[in-house]
Amino acid sequence: MKLSLGPLLYYWPRERVMDFYREAEAWPVDSVYLGETVCSRRREMKMADWLAIGERLAAAGKEVVLSTHELIETDADLRTMHAVVDNGRFLVEANDMAAASRLAGRLPFVAGPFLNAYNAGTLALLAEMGATRWVPPIELSREGIRAVVDEAPAGIETEIFAFGRLPLAVSARCFTARYHNLQKDHCDFRCIDHPDGLALDTQDGQHFLVLNGVQTQSAQVQNLLPRLDETREAGATGLRVSPQSRGTGDVLRLFRDRLDGRIAPEAANDSLQPHLVAESCDGYWHGKPGLQFMKEVRP
Amino acid sequence: MAQVIPLSPRPATAMKLVCPAGTPPALKAAIDQGADDVYLGFKDETNARNFAGLNFDDRTIREGIEYAHRRNARVLVALNTYPQPGTWRKWQAAVDRAADLGADAIIVADAGLLAYAAKTHPQLRLHLSVQGSATSHEAINFYHERFGIQRAVLPRVLAVEQAEKVIARTPVEIEVFGFGSLSIMVEGRCALSSYATGESPNTHGGCSPAKAIRWQHSPEGLESRLGGVLIDRFGAEDHPGYPTLCRGRFVVNGDTYYPFEEPTSLNTLELLPTLAAMGVKAIKIEGRQRSPAYVETVTRVWREAIDECARAGDRFRVKPSWQEDLAQVSEGRQCTLGAYHRPWR
Repeated sequence: MKLSLGPLLYYWPRERVMDFYREAEAWPVDSVYLGETVCSRRREMKMADWLAIGERLAAAGKEVVLSTHELIETDADLRTMHAVVDNGRFLVEANDMAAASRLAGRLPFVAGPFLNAYNAGTLALLAEMGATRWVPPIELSREGIRAVVDEAPAGIETEIFAFGRLPLAVSARCFTARYHNLQKDHCDFRCIDHPDGLALDTQDGQHFLVLNGVQTQSAQVQNLLPRLDETREAGATGLRVSPQSRGTGDVLRLFRDRLDGRIAPEAANDSLQPHLVAESCDGYWHGKPGLQFMKEVRP
Repeated sequence: MAQVIPLSPRPATAMKLVCPAGTPPALKAAIDQGADDVYLGFKDETNARNFAGLNFDDRTIREGIEYAHRRNARVLVALNTYPQPGTWRKWQAAVDRAADLGADAIIVADAGLLAYAAKTHPQLRLHLSVQGSATSHEAINFYHERFGIQRAVLPRVLAVEQAEKVIARTPVEIEVFGFGSLSIMVEGRCALSSYATGESPNTHGGCSPAKAIRWQHSPEGLESRLGGVLIDRFGAEDHPGYPTLCRGRFVVNGDTYYPFEEPTSLNTLELLPTLAAMGVKAIKIEGRQRSPAYVETVTRVWREAIDECARAGDRFRVKPSWQEDLAQVSEGRQCTLGAYHRPWR
């Protein structure tokens, strides 16, 4: 089972991003996804920065993947996507059909979680276009993923979103700017103040969602660490950990140690607690509302 | 028997008016009031308005198509959800069924299902659903080149200038939303509903399913809950709306407000000349879950407005009576131009 570090979904200052990926060179991770996928206004990192990070990670033995935007609205967004797809060096994760179609027949690619490959028919189409790996939509359950994998084209890898706040929705509107009473085009880049997103609670105090600019995430952290055997049974060949403001490397080490049998399940779960930025959830995995968390692990 | 009012000849340049039908009476109301296209779905999760009491069986679709064709209207079957693992054949069968029933087109979101339809029913006209999240000409042209789609419905997130650029660079007819309930998230890219309830438009054909809703009185007021999650609280002065997640009131850093959007309806009547000049080919009215009276009113107003726009061009003016009639049937009691015009930008 491979481990991957998903694209950074938040907006951090450039130096922090650089430091984060410098540390990642030493983390037990097979693949690292790079690039801005959420908001085209975020410009701390330039394409050249991402490519430079990619070179260092590649030198450290990691597979590097550049991810495209999940929402393309403008010509500038299209140009950015073209630059990522045509980077000439690294594998690309396509997060919308424009990117996938540009890659089709030219280069192998990763079919990202936003491509909505909910079934074997669509996965077969993506594979025919050149997808060598797919990341199932976050809503798919273990049974659902298994069912698709059972009918999937031979050899395609399956990477599951295993840890992190879930990217639930995307909009043209910016909800962080709205909170700050700012217009999107004059947002003062306030996302930079919220390294794990901006918490949104219900009126009776339940932590529910997180605003991350144009993206809305779960407040709860998807946590499949107690479910690693089930991810194997579901046909996963890789597990994705999504970056958070702290402890990302520790989380990856715990996943690696569990996968390699170096730590017992109970001890791994205990060790994970200090690195959780919020409560765990795994409802989608069980075909339930995503925010639920099943405490019991069937033997 | 309802009297069919003869319609005055429609200007040839008029944009097509695409109206919702959740039930046979709504279909008749739409066609009687001058809809060019009526869209409807089967009674299951193959469409994105999979609600109890809505939608069509084979007999009512056949009758609906006959009724439409006698009046030069067309019937589009919405198969606009994502086939779920293990039930893929159900969606394939739905495509076959729509073709066999004589549908004029099907509206599809899933790429795999489009591939199936294009291969199995090459004569069947294909529309790319808004749930397909195609926001650029490159994405739309891909569906055209691969599957021969003839029309695409643009996601509501695009601004006018963005939509215009898409239209200029695709041979595909472009349909945009004109009126109805407004989704703040990109269609096909929102899992908020399943996060709280286990069901979303993509997976089950519905957002905020009725069975997950609870209304309860509390000392703080009337509460609406979705999957147990408190969506809003209402005082005596408030007008409680359907508890859709993105229209709820929540708390961020102690501020209680609508973090996503105020409960408003989309209404682009005043943009009609702009949309026509851009080359928009069809205007879609949302609301298969709404009553025949809603469909009748909205279709009548929009038919008149579209025809007036085609005749008058730049001299087109929105009649106050149109807005009054639409306000009567709007959810949330106020209207917005949505993303087409972006005060929040």
